Amino acid sequence: MKPNRIKRWSIILILLIALVILVSLLALCTGSAGISLEDIPHILFYGKGSSDYSILLGIRLPRIILGLSIGGALSLAGTLLQGMFKNPLVEPYTLGISGGASLGVCINIVFNIYGKIGIIAYPLSGFLGASIVIFLVYYLNNNTKDIKSNRMLLTGVMISYVASSLVMLLMAVSKTDDLQNIVLWIMGSLDESNTVLIKMAFFGSLAGLVGSYFFCFDLNALLLGEDEAANLGMNTTSTKKSLFVIASFLTGLSVSVAGIIMFAGLIVPHFMRMISGPDHRILLISSFLAGAAFLVLCDVIARVIISPLELPVGVITGIIGGIIFIWALSRKQVTL
Amino acid sequence: MSQVLVIDKVSFKYHEKTVLKDISFSTDPGEFVSIIGPNGCGKTTLIKIISKINTPEKGNIYINGKNIQTLSNKNLACHIAVVMQSSEPITMSVEEYVLLGRLPFFKKYQFFETATDIALAREYMALTGILKLAHAPINKISSGERQLAAIARALTQEPMLLILDEPTSHLDITHQIQILELISLLKKKLSLSVLIVLHDLNLAAEYSDRLVLLNGNNGTIYQTGTCEQVLSEKSIQDVYNASVLIRKNPVSKKPCVFLVSQNALNKKENPDL
Repeated sequence: MKPNRIKRWSIILILLIALVILVSLLALCTGSAGISLEDIPHILFYGKGSSDYSILLGIRLPRIILGLSIGGALSLAGTLLQGMFKNPLVEPYTLGISGGASLGVCINIVFNIYGKIGIIAYPLSGFLGASIVIFLVYYLNNNTKDIKSNRMLLTGVMISYVASSLVMLLMAVSKTDDLQNIVLWIMGSLDESNTVLIKMAFFGSLAGLVGSYFFCFDLNALLLGEDEAANLGMNTTSTKKSLFVIASFLTGLSVSVAGIIMFAGLIVPHFMRMISGPDHRILLISSFLAGAAFLVLCDVIARVIISPLELPVGVITGIIGGIIFIWALSRKQVTL
Repeated sequence: MSQVLVIDKVSFKYHEKTVLKDISFSTDPGEFVSIIGPNGCGKTTLIKIISKINTPEKGNIYINGKNIQTLSNKNLACHIAVVMQSSEPITMSVEEYVLLGRLPFFKKYQFFETATDIALAREYMALTGILKLAHAPINKISSGERQLAAIARALTQEPMLLILDEPTSHLDITHQIQILELISLLKKKLSLSVLIVLHDLNLAAEYSDRLVLLNGNNGTIYQTGTCEQVLSEKSIQDVYNASVLIRKNPVSKKPCVFLVSQNALNKKENPDL
């Protein structure tokens, strides 16, 4: 490892960790309770039992942890998929994985599966929906051999439309209570009170990061194309399958816990590729951290922009993400 | 002296169409063998079979005496390095790109290159003349330089067999000669066996120790042998369906292929036209 590369990567990581801390502190002291940054240490050490203490540790901190986990997971899934497909437009949504996860969660809500097997039904149904889509996209295009094929992307887009239509169908035939649950969940929110789901999102996203890191060299080799990667000793078929499973897991987990949050999986990997370069050893970690910071920041904006009301965070990521992406495209060509 | 590569009666079908049939030949250590033949005759397919990207319908391939089907992809990549026809455009630096050649040697939980890996990459970048471009983005250098970088990357795999698929296509004659001179030098300096696909028959004749002429009509080998044995007006007519004249290069004494247009042929046959 070259010293100048270690230095550059260290600087990127330190800056991103600082950004995550900064954004988390901002999120911690933003809200209608009017808790300032200076008050936080005092509340944490001496305010046990107070309402401020409950707001900080019971509401805001879990929400921050969830935001960091979901943002990191979606961004990581986008990085993996873009690296595999060598296509900058690929992300969990364009490939239909999110659509599949959404459909899975909707089926769970409408058929009350969570009532029978518990809260685990949410991530499980999300993961199953995502996996089925990945399986369909992969095997419907198996004869093309080349993963870069636009056919695969188009199949994903079509499956996404079908999944959205089926979600609407379920909404049309569902009971009022279920309909409300689905609508709230589809809008995408980090307002999740279930600590089991928050823990699951946190440890699941970290597990996804660790798991995908074992494929960082395979992803680097895939940048040269599948044949070149095979010539460098990579088993392309098994690697692609493993990466698809990780991307489905991360997307299914995110969608089932926080609903549909657009663009985090598309623009964050793009920007991190511009900043940290195409080497997945740094790109995976930097995308995870940047995605985490991005989503928490978007959530802060969603909470304050029409205060005291709150916007769904998916609306903010969609607007900010889309605008930034168009601006970046007009200034510098985004490549892999 | 044991042969580096042995191809034994290899056949390959694509969508029920026979692409290659009973292909057999071998390469010796330090030998420069060119595969020639018309478009679509299966040259690239043969390379993909040797590098285990495609699986043959029949036959076996041995590298250093071992059947490649018994070797893992990683193990095979420690023996064979392949420079494909066109690489994908990527944004990494030349040095990062060349270092990818060390991937087959990385241990399971190794995430960083060793000092030896970096030293090897720099050595081969120097040998191929691209050390000065080490920090340049690979997508910003010329196609000739990119080809040199691809060769340097292949060399960092420290292979016993270097395979190149049309390394001179899209290059001007300066770069064509530069690439082939370099490969000849590497062959001598590193005792490297070279298997190369070439379209330009004159380049193949000038640099190769031996030629393998594939016949696109039936997927077989039309002839293998020295350039003088393989390159004849009849063989070119049979395989390429093209009229040529073969003369000796006055300097290298190697066969030289001259294309003859239909118009010139007609004039030769009927001077009154």
